[in-house]
Amino acid sequence: MTQSNNQSTSRRDFLKTTTATAVGTGILASLGSAAHVHASGDDQIKVGLVGCGGRGTGAASQALSTKGNVKLEAMADAFKDRMDSSLSNLQKQFSGRPERVDVAEEKKFVGFDAYQKLLDSGVDVVILATPPGFRPIHFEAAVNKGVHIFMEKPVATDVTGVKKVLEAAKKAKEKNLAVGVGLQRHHQAPYIETINRLKDGAIGDITSMRCYWNSGGVWEPRLAREDAKSEMEYQMRNWYYYNWLCGDHINEQHIHNIDVCNWLKDDFPVKAYGMGGRQVRTDKKYGEIYDHFAVEFVYADDTRMYSQCRHIRNCWNSVTEHAQGTKGSCDISGAKYETTAGYKWKYRGKKANPYQVEHDDLFAAIYNGTPYNEAEYGAKSTMTSILGRLATYSGKPVTWDEAMASNVDLMPKEFSWEAAPVTGPDENGFYPIPTPGVSKVL
Amino acid sequence: MLSVCRSSLLMQGKFAFLAAILFSVSLANAGEKAKEMKPYTEKIANTDVSFDMVPIPGGEYLMGSPANEKNREDDEGPQIKVKIDPFWMGKHEVTWNEYDIWSFNLDIQRRKLLRGKSDAKEKAADAVTRPTKPYTDMTFDMGHDGYPAICMTQLAAKTYCKWLSEKTGHYYRLPTEAEWEYACRAGTTTAYSFGDNPEKLDDYAWHYANCNDTYQKVGKKKPNPWGLYDMHGNVSEWVLDQYIPDAYKKWSGKGTLNFPINVPTTLYPRVAKGGSWDDEPEALRSANRIASSSDWKIQDPQIPQSIWYHTDAIMVGFRVVRPLKVPTAEERKKYGLDPAIPEDEGR
Repeated sequence: MTQSNNQSTSRRDFLKTTTATAVGTGILASLGSAAHVHASGDDQIKVGLVGCGGRGTGAASQALSTKGNVKLEAMADAFKDRMDSSLSNLQKQFSGRPERVDVAEEKKFVGFDAYQKLLDSGVDVVILATPPGFRPIHFEAAVNKGVHIFMEKPVATDVTGVKKVLEAAKKAKEKNLAVGVGLQRHHQAPYIETINRLKDGAIGDITSMRCYWNSGGVWEPRLAREDAKSEMEYQMRNWYYYNWLCGDHINEQHIHNIDVCNWLKDDFPVKAYGMGGRQVRTDKKYGEIYDHFAVEFVYADDTRMYSQCRHIRNCWNSVTEHAQGTKGSCDISGAKYETTAGYKWKYRGKKANPYQVEHDDLFAAIYNGTPYNEAEYGAKSTMTSILGRLATYSGKPVTWDEAMASNVDLMPKEFSWEAAPVTGPDENGFYPIPTPGVSKVL
Repeated sequence: MLSVCRSSLLMQGKFAFLAAILFSVSLANAGEKAKEMKPYTEKIANTDVSFDMVPIPGGEYLMGSPANEKNREDDEGPQIKVKIDPFWMGKHEVTWNEYDIWSFNLDIQRRKLLRGKSDAKEKAADAVTRPTKPYTDMTFDMGHDGYPAICMTQLAAKTYCKWLSEKTGHYYRLPTEAEWEYACRAGTTTAYSFGDNPEKLDDYAWHYANCNDTYQKVGKKKPNPWGLYDMHGNVSEWVLDQYIPDAYKKWSGKGTLNFPINVPTTLYPRVAKGGSWDDEPEALRSANRIASSSDWKIQDPQIPQSIWYHTDAIMVGFRVVRPLKVPTAEERKKYGLDPAIPEDEGR
């Protein structure tokens, strides 16, 4: 029997209540008396957006929908067309409050160094939403500049990048910079309450966890080979399919689920075993990423996290997390658990759009000067995903420590449209695919 | 076996245009033809998937609910007299098995694996836009095979119908609000097609109290008098109309309406009917009207938000109809029957 069948807290109420909460949840009781820590020294927060794709534009919109006096003032992207369409979409979104989107011509920056120009242009908060490969470089520069940061997950695609983010995260703390990371489940009430209950022992000690991001895959490559002016442009436009940019789908998407397990465990795995490959999505236009992974992560106390992610159509799909305990089991994503004694619990409280709440929380911290730094767990959950990828590509167990000791760097040595990415196609357009048992990953 | 099928399909493809013309000029005999309408099963070529269609006779009925119906809402009246032309309607809500063929090119994938050649219908169908792939899992782990497809926008449902028309050579579209309610009522005038007593709902419908927080496989409950399953509950179903709260007031006093429809002019709100697994019994009444809203994709983290997916509408699906009289191009335009995909949809 369910403990409560209180229908007043069903999805329908969620749909009714989200609009109200979308504009900000209970922050900024008194703007005037708050200790302002942002650089401009007045009430207005100037936001810069680096990476103007669909998610970056969404993140900017959420930042501008927080309660304070927030304004988008600068934009940067490698591609001008992406920036222009992003700006026009934001102008449409905020047609009722046009003062929130006020990007002068001289505050639009294009190219590989656009992020630095944006940082130098004097913003208080920067949103980092380019493909994840660039994140460590951008994050480091933003911290050096001393601005507050919202960065999308994952925060890197290789170990070198993770280490850079961890270093910069320390520095951000010292500088009292607020750093939000787009692992929005941490700001989602059903998750928070469920995880807290599990940590309080609702299903006893956690003995294992499992999580999935099994889906039909993401967008098709956008730019055809014959339309690309260079290999760099080809990979950048089709970034999901190249590891230096995306980190494979275990990193780009599945990090959400892996991160939830880490959150529950309050720890990060010490070792991973994986298998996977490229079974269906084999065309050369799909670059170099796999279409399925199954990874077993081991924590220091020997408990396991079993993870799957798959990009294959018409198979069993699930984007969920689950925990098994000594006294019951929990569907974390479904915010419900059942004990072996027959007690059932399900979250019946309020829900709000987590993508908005994560920005509400970050901006409240910025206004109030509250310490706020999600970079470390963002980096370590990113590292967990990368560890899974390394174990899968190699077909061998890989420990956290040996991975962290390595210096494998997937990033190009030079950033320009003419420069060569680390991996390139053969004469037929096919990329070298990591092969378990053969490929050396560290 | 396969090759025979393909060549006959090819011939059908060649003559489909001609057949459509003949069909519309022979409407003088439509009454006679309507009598000949039979249930049929449509197989989707190059797949194992088929779906069943049920004939719905033409006729007249009172759309909306009487003023004394329990839990009636203002937007359901006054009742208006509507004349409906005959059509076939899907016996079940469109399932993931059907929908994903379009979403993911499963027919083409399978045909290529079997090393078959593409026929004219497949080529025409493939020219119809397919949706971008969903970022996440759109079943929300509630089940796939045999379960109703959900979470699509009305545009996606309309585009699926267009694809299905090309793929099968039969003209399919979403029902109008008036057609949907007519088919749901199946000649009844009570709150539900089985009477007024919501306590009998468990025999006919999946709703909040009996569904265990999830949609269910289609066709597991009793059908309505015309043999349609899950018209009440399971998933709410898209119809073609814009949602206008006082639409019936505007229509009333104009005598019997022939093919009433509110052609959409804005993205929100549009109409869904039938109520869902996530609704109370009153929302499952034949006359109840559900208005879509931007909240239905509030958790879509991208801007622009997807034109194909409603991340938060896990209670909405659809079913197809096939009118006996195939509309002309002018009629399709006039009534907004075709999907209109925005030009800037390029993500």
